[in-house]
Amino acid sequence: MKDLFQEIFLTIRANKMRTFLTGFSISWGIFMLIILLGAGNGLQNGMMEGFRYMSKNSISLYPGFTSMPYNGMQKGRRIRFSQSDIEFLRRNLTNVSAFSPIYNKWSSNIVNGKEVVSSTMSGVEPDYQVMRSLEITSGRFINLADNRQNRKVVVIHPKTAEVLFHDQNPIGQYVEIDHVPFQVIGLYDEDGAARRSPSFYIPLNTAQIIFNPSGYIDDVSFVVEGIENKEQSTDFSNKLRRMLSQRLQFDPNDQNAIWIQDRLSDYMQAQTIFNGIALFVWIIGIGTLIAGVVGVSNIMLITVKERTHEFGVRKALGASPRSILRLVVWESLTITTIFGYIGMVVGVLLTEGLASILAQNAAAATDEPHIFLNPTVDLTVVLAATAILVVAGVVAGYVPAKRAVNVKPIEALQHK
Amino acid sequence: MIHLENIHKTYYAGSPLHVLKGVDLDVADGDFVSIMGASGSGKSTLLNIVGILDNYDEGNYYLDGRLIKDLNETQSAKVRNEMIGFVFQSFNLINFKTALENVALPLYYRGVSRKKRNAIALDYLDRLGLKDWADHLPNEMSGGQKQRVAIARSIIAKPRLILADEPTGALDSTTSQEVMDILRQVNREEGITMLIVTHAREVAEQTNKIVNFKDGLISSIEDIKQL
Repeated sequence: MKDLFQEIFLTIRANKMRTFLTGFSISWGIFMLIILLGAGNGLQNGMMEGFRYMSKNSISLYPGFTSMPYNGMQKGRRIRFSQSDIEFLRRNLTNVSAFSPIYNKWSSNIVNGKEVVSSTMSGVEPDYQVMRSLEITSGRFINLADNRQNRKVVVIHPKTAEVLFHDQNPIGQYVEIDHVPFQVIGLYDEDGAARRSPSFYIPLNTAQIIFNPSGYIDDVSFVVEGIENKEQSTDFSNKLRRMLSQRLQFDPNDQNAIWIQDRLSDYMQAQTIFNGIALFVWIIGIGTLIAGVVGVSNIMLITVKERTHEFGVRKALGASPRSILRLVVWESLTITTIFGYIGMVVGVLLTEGLASILAQNAAAATDEPHIFLNPTVDLTVVLAATAILVVAGVVAGYVPAKRAVNVKPIEALQHK
Repeated sequence: MIHLENIHKTYYAGSPLHVLKGVDLDVADGDFVSIMGASGSGKSTLLNIVGILDNYDEGNYYLDGRLIKDLNETQSAKVRNEMIGFVFQSFNLINFKTALENVALPLYYRGVSRKKRNAIALDYLDRLGLKDWADHLPNEMSGGQKQRVAIARSIIAKPRLILADEPTGALDSTTSQEVMDILRQVNREEGITMLIVTHAREVAEQTNKIVNFKDGLISSIEDIKQL
């Protein structure tokens, strides 16, 4: 065995260029496959991260304008959700695990002394936290008592806190929101779609009393359990629209009277796109792999042809066909394994390095939505691809060698 | 040592070419025989058949009493490795191996360990005056040196028979004489049977017996009295 490797080492040393070319096509094949798959995964991970800020099955309901006449009423009529409409929804929806009407004041000033932050103020109920996957980093979120007692409390983002309070602990401090004093009770962090100017949250009832005396709500969000596919979600939307059409007097087929934004269908749509991208990446990846295999086969074919005379000499000296076959196969196995490994290591190092740089950047700049995240490849896939190339290399060496070995020694000797 | 009975060989490259038309030949153990003839007379083909590098169509070939017929590649490789050494006109050294590695190659196929076969190979190179050239590649050597390396390679496995196809064909007259001296010495000292193909009369005259070949048949056999 040691002798065999000595022989292989000699031939490799004698054919540095050929060995390099064979090896390079293998290394390159594996490397490109890893980079491609890594890029695909990175894109997918980055985009999917954007969906995490809402529970996957959350549904948002926004009132709109009718686009069809109904019951003698003209089209273009504004639909609004009153307090009683909200209570109607709360009572009549089934399988709801979280529910929160939302009052948004898009431009609102939160002030501490001379420091001002202008952002969206949202009046929400406690369930909102689960629905949008808000993480409380200190203090607490709005609770039922806050809402019931119309407490003037606010939950802010650490970035807002930093502007308003600098190094001070903001919890328990007072701020003014549009000239009304509020007490800061918690800090939240938002996964995924971080925004440039993060909202601040107050109890819905407080918001309604102070900022929205009319009581109309323009956003209702809730989570419905048991909606897992496109059909169920369409069914649910239709049911919801029929239910509200009677109460709010619009045509049940009117798509514009209320807007139903269904995270699940958005998510599934994105999922379909990513499956498409993944398929595309795989096709190109397999193409690269095939190109590598063809490259190796080609070089092995030429190599064996070039060495036919040498094989003739070896045979004259008493080499059995098997020993020559073994020489070629082991040689190509050695080259493919070593260079496959090199390509694999370089590819994995590059993707992992990129992943850690991206992770650092993401941590440093939370307000940037990331398109690209964790562009790494499953190691099993990488190993399988390398194995395929190695096997292909061996077959590529074996087939022509088998043919060369069957040539009569005298013909091999005459081969130039 | 060699016993040929009515050997026929036809090549089918385009039109059939009947190269050997029933050759009968006996070569005794330890003999030193040359085959002479014009090119295309079939002498090289006969040598290839004796060396089991090629097969024959008709007749019988006995090597040391054993019938050599329809052997597969593995069997014939074993016979070649154990019994036959080759010396070629174009040397046929492996160009990426050093002189030492080339000489040691037959022992590799006999399963001799690397250390041992290299020691033996160095000994043989020394005997042929090439010890200092052991680590040189073939293309760094002269024709005469290459042929001496090839001779060392042909005798290292202690064969019973050495077949030489125009061993001096690519060499000048001085080196040719050196090579012939070595071959004769090997024949005499090791008792190895020699069969050489040549078209040079002065080379053939240094052997014990000249077999004249004409149109695929032996036309005459001359005995040479060596002094």
